[in-house]
Amino acid sequence: MTAIDDRHLVDVRHVRHQYGKPGAGGQLVLDDVDLTLFDNEIVGLLGRSGSGKSTLLRSIAGLIHPTSGDVAFPKAAGQAPTTVSMVFQSFALFPWLTVLQNVEVGLEAKRTPPEERRRRALAAIDLIGLDGFENAYPKELSGGMRQRVGLARALVVDPTILLMDEPFSALDVLTAETLRTDLLDLWCEGRMGIKSILMVTHNIEEAVLMCDRILVFSSNPGRIVAEIKVDLPQPRNRQNPAFRRLVDQIYARMTQRGAVEGRRGDGVFPGLGVGMVLPRVSTNTLAGLMEAIHAAPFNGKAHLPDLAGALHYEADELFPIAETLQLLRFAELEGGDIRLTSEARRYAEADVDGRKQLFAQHLIAYVPLAGHIRRVLDDRASHQAPARRFRDELEDLMTPEDADQTLKAVTNWARYAEAFAYGESADLFSLDDPE
Amino acid sequence: MVFLSGDRPGARPLARFLRVGVAPSWADLAAFLLLAATAVLIVRGAGEMSEPLSRLHTTPVTLEPRRLPEYALLTTLRMFAALACSLAFTFTVATLAAKSRKAERVIVPALDILQSVPVLGFLTFTVTFFMGLFPGRQLGVECAAVFAIFTSQAWNMAFSFYQSLRTIPSDLDEVSRQFGFSPWRRFVRLELPFATPGLVWNVMMSMSGGWFFVVASEAITVGQTTIDLPGIGSWLSLAIARQDLRAVAMGVGAMAVVILLYDQLVFRPIVAWADKFRFEQTASTDRPRSWLYDLVRRTRWMRLAAVPLSWPARALAAIDWPRPQLAPLRVSAATARAFDGLWLGLVGVGTAWAAWTLVAFVARTLDWGDAAEAFGLGLATLIRVVVLIALASLVWVPIGVWIGLRPKWAERLQPVAQFLAAFPANVLFPFAVMAIVTLKLDPNIWLSPLMVLGTQWYILFNVIAGASAIPSDLKEAAGVFGVRGWQWWRQVGLPGIFPYYVTGALTASGGSWNASIVAEAVSWGDEHLEAAGLGAFIAKATAAGDYGRVALGVAVMSIFVIAFNRALWRPMYRFAERRLRLD
Repeated sequence: MTAIDDRHLVDVRHVRHQYGKPGAGGQLVLDDVDLTLFDNEIVGLLGRSGSGKSTLLRSIAGLIHPTSGDVAFPKAAGQAPTTVSMVFQSFALFPWLTVLQNVEVGLEAKRTPPEERRRRALAAIDLIGLDGFENAYPKELSGGMRQRVGLARALVVDPTILLMDEPFSALDVLTAETLRTDLLDLWCEGRMGIKSILMVTHNIEEAVLMCDRILVFSSNPGRIVAEIKVDLPQPRNRQNPAFRRLVDQIYARMTQRGAVEGRRGDGVFPGLGVGMVLPRVSTNTLAGLMEAIHAAPFNGKAHLPDLAGALHYEADELFPIAETLQLLRFAELEGGDIRLTSEARRYAEADVDGRKQLFAQHLIAYVPLAGHIRRVLDDRASHQAPARRFRDELEDLMTPEDADQTLKAVTNWARYAEAFAYGESADLFSLDDPE
Repeated sequence: MVFLSGDRPGARPLARFLRVGVAPSWADLAAFLLLAATAVLIVRGAGEMSEPLSRLHTTPVTLEPRRLPEYALLTTLRMFAALACSLAFTFTVATLAAKSRKAERVIVPALDILQSVPVLGFLTFTVTFFMGLFPGRQLGVECAAVFAIFTSQAWNMAFSFYQSLRTIPSDLDEVSRQFGFSPWRRFVRLELPFATPGLVWNVMMSMSGGWFFVVASEAITVGQTTIDLPGIGSWLSLAIARQDLRAVAMGVGAMAVVILLYDQLVFRPIVAWADKFRFEQTASTDRPRSWLYDLVRRTRWMRLAAVPLSWPARALAAIDWPRPQLAPLRVSAATARAFDGLWLGLVGVGTAWAAWTLVAFVARTLDWGDAAEAFGLGLATLIRVVVLIALASLVWVPIGVWIGLRPKWAERLQPVAQFLAAFPANVLFPFAVMAIVTLKLDPNIWLSPLMVLGTQWYILFNVIAGASAIPSDLKEAAGVFGVRGWQWWRQVGLPGIFPYYVTGALTASGGSWNASIVAEAVSWGDEHLEAAGLGAFIAKATAAGDYGRVALGVAVMSIFVIAFNRALWRPMYRFAERRLRLD
């Protein structure tokens, strides 16, 4: 960990990946990404959801073939070829197999003889602390135990590199911390037989806690925007000032302009901004965040790590809310801080109707899709328009899932603001009040 | 039959309706034409092969009670033979459809149509066809009977398997790719286990429909020849011909015993076992139980006795098929498009040929008058089906809800309703005929209830399941706010059971169309009763060996069923999916 060997385990060069149709219409998730993984290090890929970090991990795992670019495993003299193994966010255990059978699955695929299979699986189970659970089925286990099975299954095939895709994000806080510590102990003692770990995370503290190197991804499209070396000795202490400084620094890095813009498809209305993918953030959450920042102790301006701590939010949960406020011009994000605008402070003090009016004004003025729908409804004599039409328009600019999510987000905001109505059964937008 | 009890499978059999938008309607048309042309070819082949039929001599069926167990056994064996064929069909065809986009485009619409075709009408052709394959031997008729059962159960099984393959969770898919599973290992470790719960449920639906067909297919009259295969179906038909009420009663009793035994000894253990394949991350509280399964697991010598049952499966799973060393074929987008075009072209040519074959066949044997007659009779049968399903709903929905809201009753009555759904109603027809003859009733009206005699239970047990699944917090909320009477039905009861009701009513209406072929023309000794309808039209044409009319009748009925599904059940089902889901 401290002494970084010069041996390259993985060389990723100029990797680009696009979903959907090549050329216009497709969505670029990775753009010209370079990465080198050295011997004896833990590297974290840190970024927002949709920043392509999972895609990069899957490219290295061989599950995805990037549209262009190379993923190479350089051969060193006298060394066995590099192999990889993966741990999944959702654990990905076969519910119909016992713990032992789940762990054996990779060896079985490699046609290892049954006796050796059993021996190695039991050794891995022992290593990872699952003794006694060999004959349990995954559904009988807690989340933490399930992820241990996932780890044992990945380690039993003796990989050179362990790939982990947000391995702790489906676990509760305490369980996740225990697993992290156990994993770090095994790593520091060199008992896992792996040369390197590459992990995807959206949790800044987790990255600083575990990694020797952190690569920060932007999300429009996925690019590596920063590489941060973590030289703190293990075991690391979250309360250590150096640790906090590093966390603050990464927060600031991730909230910089450019890294925060919504993803845009390159479509026909780039100027209009209709092609911006919007997150589904509830208006209650938006109002709640504005109130929280408006009130003491923040009084209109908050440091994001403090805010996340005070509200018990993960950074990744906080960012979409903060950015939606920024999009609506209710807040400004700068250097890891969030500051409410004067309108937002007015909103926080207004009554229900005042809030709705203010929200409606900002929604129509600053969210291009909302303004677009409203204009269409205003122009039509019937004041009605099928939602299908806007969905089609969005699908030209982004993937159908994103289009669906974006339209639902705008629909919910507009319903709250009473800017326009939506009837689910007729799939129709209208200016009418509900009957 | 005891299906996966409670709410779980729920609307599952209807998952096929969710594919709307995947396959355009021209695909349905193409599939229909291709299937119809194939049927016509079989018909023509059968017409040429009818001669060996008359030379067949089987051991005559007798009405001796001591032979009844043997007959029951033979009938059951036919069921299982057909099930084996259906499984083989499912694993090959559904896998093909899931893996190849080109095959999918033809197979999926074809399966959808085949699910709606009244296969009973084809019995005539299949018998003659298989007789031609095995001239003068009983094996041919056996094959025909097995084939008839197969055609009644294979399609929904294949559909369920296809659906499962298409919905494999992506993380498990990634694990198996990351570890480099061979296709065989992927099948036994991932695809088959994942598909098992849905498949078991569909196998049970199929089997319960299958008893109906096995009874109908054992005693077949084509033109001048009657063939009796030893079995309960033949026993019953002989008993009916001799007007032997005691023998009929014994046959019915034997049938009931067979179905009960088969449920207790085969299906309940399988359901209990299949529970472990359910894809869920938490252990459920109400697991399906089976005393036999528990007994086998708890008793040592029973467990040892069960080992030989599982070792073929284990051996199969352990096989290491040599991996075909094929380089992954990577073709450019243009080439792929060209292949797609070629495939579409082939399907198009096939469809055109099918259309031409159909026109030629129909022009040779039939005229427009026949088509108009069949269509008119189809309307008559349609009215019967609609009225009877509506009546059955009026009766069974309130009763089902009442039962479903009382867990104690539901637990006891649900298996009974399922048993009744599996019981082949055609064995009860003689009693109805006697009643109609004795009371001198109008067969046009009084034969109709026979169509829903066996199928109404689908409505009942689905409604029970739906009412049991209404969340208790909703019921409590309704109680707290004093929601009662019509408001309760409108806002709690009906929306809660609707998806289940649609599933049940769709199954019931499909079954009723099929049943019309045996229900609209029935006999008791020399008494023949007939109602005007498409079912009677097909039955008469079958008895007369008039292949053209049988084909016409079956085609018209298929069109009616498909149109009915598309126009009524599919929109209702989609509405239920969209608006009335409780999760």
